[in-house]
Amino acid sequence: MGNPCAVIGVGQTRYRTKRLDVSIAGLVREAALRALEDAGLTFADIDAVVMGKAPDLFEGVMMPEAYLADALGARGKPVMRVHTAGSVGGSTGIVAAGLINGGVHDRVLVVAWEKQSESNATWALTTHPPYNASLVVGAGGYFAPHIRAYIRRSGAPDHIGTLVAVKDRRNALKNPYAHLRIPGISREMVEATPMLWEPIRYLETCPSSDGACAMVLASESAARRAPRPPAWVHGAAMRSEPIFFAGRDTVNPRAGRDCAADLYRQAGITEPRDQLDCAEVYVPFSWYEPMWLENLGFCGEGAGWKLTEAGATALAGDIPWNPSGGVLSSNPIGASGLIRFAEAALQVRGLAGEHQIDGARLALGHAYGGGAQFFAMWIVGSAKP
Amino acid sequence: MSRGRPTTAGPGRDVAVVAFTQTDLTTEYSGLSEVELLAPVIHEIKERTGLSRFGFTCSGSCDYLAGAPFSFVSALDAVGAWPPISESHVEMDAAWAMYEAWVRLQHGDIDTALVYGFGKSSQGDLRQIMTLQLDPYYLAPLGPDQVSLAALQAQAYLRRCGAKEDDLRAVAARSRAAGLANPHAPDLPEPAADDPYEVAPLRSYDVAPITDGAAAIVLAAGDTARELCDRPAWIRGIDHRADAHALGARDLSRAESARLAGERAGATRAGATRSAGIEVAELHAQFSHEELMLCEALGLSDDVTINPSGGALAANPVMATGLIRIGEAAARIFDGTARRALGHAAAGPCLQQNLVCVLEGDVDG
Repeated sequence: MGNPCAVIGVGQTRYRTKRLDVSIAGLVREAALRALEDAGLTFADIDAVVMGKAPDLFEGVMMPEAYLADALGARGKPVMRVHTAGSVGGSTGIVAAGLINGGVHDRVLVVAWEKQSESNATWALTTHPPYNASLVVGAGGYFAPHIRAYIRRSGAPDHIGTLVAVKDRRNALKNPYAHLRIPGISREMVEATPMLWEPIRYLETCPSSDGACAMVLASESAARRAPRPPAWVHGAAMRSEPIFFAGRDTVNPRAGRDCAADLYRQAGITEPRDQLDCAEVYVPFSWYEPMWLENLGFCGEGAGWKLTEAGATALAGDIPWNPSGGVLSSNPIGASGLIRFAEAALQVRGLAGEHQIDGARLALGHAYGGGAQFFAMWIVGSAKP
Repeated sequence: MSRGRPTTAGPGRDVAVVAFTQTDLTTEYSGLSEVELLAPVIHEIKERTGLSRFGFTCSGSCDYLAGAPFSFVSALDAVGAWPPISESHVEMDAAWAMYEAWVRLQHGDIDTALVYGFGKSSQGDLRQIMTLQLDPYYLAPLGPDQVSLAALQAQAYLRRCGAKEDDLRAVAARSRAAGLANPHAPDLPEPAADDPYEVAPLRSYDVAPITDGAAAIVLAAGDTARELCDRPAWIRGIDHRADAHALGARDLSRAESARLAGERAGATRAGATRSAGIEVAELHAQFSHEELMLCEALGLSDDVTINPSGGALAANPVMATGLIRIGEAAARIFDGTARRALGHAAAGPCLQQNLVCVLEGDVDG
């Protein structure tokens, strides 16, 4: 993967339903300035900016990186804009890291964001070109049948989704940036909420959030001069497969398995559950935790729900998943993948605050998108690979 | 002799454009979906290189042209992404997808990359759609369209350097004549001096035509490039830069970010006004004055052949146009008409973002 790359700065905005106090530019700048402060740098130290967000229809601004160049101090610098559906936050992190790996730059600012309050994401996801029938309304309508297929295949009991919803919201109470912070969150509270798309209840879905996340990525020489501990990238991988074709396994997609295999090979991981200390995985609907536990090889096929049920993925479990509260607690869509990558970095830097996993040295960041067909993942560690 | 490397410490792996394909570029909707447009181009480039799998794939497109989110998702159907592929997408002209692929090849673990871009501007009102790219709080609500903003820039440029509307028409006339000789470009009539203004000083021929089309490029590194292509177009320098978005914050009469990118890519020697041995340049000029501004910014002198393909003024499939400029520049190296060529892409209002790629053939072909 070329030259070493490290995360030396992380910045997040508080995630909320509506950030009416800031423009889009103000939102991304807030995250960027926090990442720069963490890295002890200013915009003047940055060589290039890589930006990611989900479809432009979400805010109604086409290719907004052009407008945002000014707010991100990018005048006279290279600016790139990545878009790979829901996985975009992860892909953006990987494209930015690629500039360091390739020896092109020493310090890259990566920013991902969404300001969902400026538009209506479910509407934006539901339009289709004139030749295709619109089969679903919103992401939940698309994913619910795949979840039902998982439940049938694995024989998982009905309450597993509820357990994930409660666990991630409990974690969110320890994360000051999290959007959904629900005191006293319980199974009863989740089960009392309306059914949206069988078997997904209201509190088993992610919220719609405004927010931005930024990181400063650095070459080895630049990382050595950083004021706080770096998180070193041990591996990064992307995989894509077509959305519709006969025989495609939409429950346990091959692109996810291949992506993880490539990632683990780079990072020297053979037993992810044993070797990784924690994971920030893109779980926008509760049931995707057991599904991705299997897809990512943390257990055998059909056994994911047993890990969840046994508490293995809780903060006190042997492999905590989404200690930050995850996508279920904060979902500025285009940023959600980068937040996973950034939270993994915070863990191995020892800077995750109240939701820090003691002694975390190796962590996974994961994102997926489209019809569970685009995957982006990285592993970061406290030691240089 | 200068190798034309970026002036900053940069990567060193030799990477070349080894193949380029494009659709016929049509000024009217041809009845094809994006996938149908793209599939023959991908098929052709796979056949030409003999490759069916690539180390990396990257594309460029714009949801607002398709009028729907995720236009790149179905495009994947044209690529043959099974088994799953290592792939990414930029919501930019595909020239930036090629930049991403070039960076990826610098990592050293893969040897080939497929890059493609596509766009159908026939299916909307491009002039108005581009307004949605402007600052959504202070500029877009005023409703300035792409051509009006370009006309502002044209006025600023003409005023500063004393060029006349005849000079603009000469650019358009040369581009359209070259387009007639380009089998992929539409046949556009010779500009007439009394053609009506779109927005003064720009007349209809000064504005790139509405065009549908798609294009693909294959990049390869080192010996693989030599195996795949008789005369690879080696990327000796590639760089891109953004200017401020706010039009009032910059000198609209100059393409400052193009100058910077050109310097970093080794197209110009820093501080010098003459190009560093460039013989042919393919410039992504969507308006006649942009070509003149870009020649100035890149230090391209009169002896450089500009846009032998006809350029964007002959055919402008938005989101693929920049990639096609690099492809056409590479094609001049493939066919031996040039040893050193430049491909350029632009994005954003009034040449806000510019990418410059300097290509070179081996001395003995």
